[in-house]
Amino acid sequence: MNAYWQCLCGIVIREWLRFVLQRTRFLSALVRPLLWLLVFAAGFRAALGIAIIAPYDTYITYETYIVPGLACMILLFNGMQGSLSMVYDREMGSMRVLLTSPLPRAFLLASKLLATALISLLQVYAFLAIAWVYGVQPPAWGLLAALPALLLVAVLLSAMGLLLSNGIRQLENFAGVMNFVIFPLFFLSSALYPLWKMRESSQWLYWLCALNPFSHAVELVRFALYERFNGLAMGVCLVLTVIFSVLAVISFNPQHAAVRRPS
Amino acid sequence: MNALQATGISFAYGARQALQQVSFCLAPGRFTALLGPNGAGKSTLIALLTRLYDLHQGELHVYGHSLQRQPREALRQLGVVFQQSTLDLDLSVEQNLRYHAALHGMPKALATARIEAELSRQHLQERRRDKVRDLNGGHRRRVEIARALLHQPRLLLLDEASVGLDPASRQALLAHVRQLCREQALSVLWTTHLLDEVQHDDALLVLHQGQLVANDDASAIAGTVGLAHAFADLTVGCAPRTTASDRQPLGAQNTPHKSDQVSEQP
Repeated sequence: MNAYWQCLCGIVIREWLRFVLQRTRFLSALVRPLLWLLVFAAGFRAALGIAIIAPYDTYITYETYIVPGLACMILLFNGMQGSLSMVYDREMGSMRVLLTSPLPRAFLLASKLLATALISLLQVYAFLAIAWVYGVQPPAWGLLAALPALLLVAVLLSAMGLLLSNGIRQLENFAGVMNFVIFPLFFLSSALYPLWKMRESSQWLYWLCALNPFSHAVELVRFALYERFNGLAMGVCLVLTVIFSVLAVISFNPQHAAVRRPS
Repeated sequence: MNALQATGISFAYGARQALQQVSFCLAPGRFTALLGPNGAGKSTLIALLTRLYDLHQGELHVYGHSLQRQPREALRQLGVVFQQSTLDLDLSVEQNLRYHAALHGMPKALATARIEAELSRQHLQERRRDKVRDLNGGHRRRVEIARALLHQPRLLLLDEASVGLDPASRQALLAHVRQLCREQALSVLWTTHLLDEVQHDDALLVLHQGQLVANDDASAIAGTVGLAHAFADLTVGCAPRTTASDRQPLGAQNTPHKSDQVSEQP
């Protein structure tokens, strides 16, 4: 058991060291949601009125509404990017080192997913701190209550990313993932607009959004941030995390990348 | 017990066959060179040995442990230096070694002692806090060897470890690995495409177009005509010859290689 703990700690520490060393990457990961919050939301505030909806007790600004969605957007980008790099490109070297460990491959991959998720949480809380200063201030206990929700969502999205990179051969670069995975997941969700608004516009778009796992991830975090529990969102996220993680580990094969790109 | 036993290994990249029915044994405590032109299948063999690729045909045993059925026991016996550096350039030498120790589940105190010992052996104590990015190619390779030996494996695999090094660093690296082999009874599989990295007392495997075309002592394969002639003969004819007894006299009609570097066959 101790060997497993040492291994997990080693993988998390390595991710932490890389995070500390790559400050520019950290800053650039923050710029994206901040642009949405400070520019896009400011522009849309007047155009989009938000009615009182759960978990909010009163009328809220548009900025307040989109903060949980933007927090999940950080996790979405990090999860997809991290998982893809596990299989392709420059991470190939470190992946080879990881796989020479005598510990089970499933444990190694799960540890890597968890380590990536933990580092993503730091970025999310840095974003929430800036949003706090900007004026979006969820309850202090809500910030704590959101921690397990954010961790679950981070692992869910990383596992989804790993599963996609294992199974879909056309996803050769991050631009393709942006267009065909990240943007549809993000825009067809409750991250930027409440689903009742979407229902007013289009019934079938509403159903796409309602079925989108990312919508449940956003709602789980939104409710947790305001000290509320969303059982449906929790159930969906938990079940999908288990399914995606198991499938991702079973289907993981770095040989795919090598066979696609024989050197 | 053999350090490594490969039996009937075949592997294909789609329609392209990379290895065909490769079988050989590595004697324990011996330096074995695996020689072959670029594209001969050396790196594919290393990828199979390190479980990067799944083995679908054949058997691999490391000190008696099946890589397919007992991967944990087999991998514990293996230290690997890959062709392309797998060190994290932005981390220090010590941080890279600690990461590897953690991957092998070593407790912190044991990892500290082993790192100290390996850095001392590689004469790298002064560089332990330096970022790998700041080391030259020769030192990086030494760090990779230190890392590969950290968990005290009995078989060390080096996949074209001298690529990219200047001649002096290359010779120093090779001498160092041979010394490890002699002094610690470490079994070594050294893959290369450079003839001058093979010594006459080495065991030698020659791989060509995915087939093992020679498996003997280097001196026996070289015969009276020298290794360059013998290698040219082996890799042009591509007729498998595995023991000294079935080796034909190497023809003087073969033109010798002007360079010591083996070129890809057309």
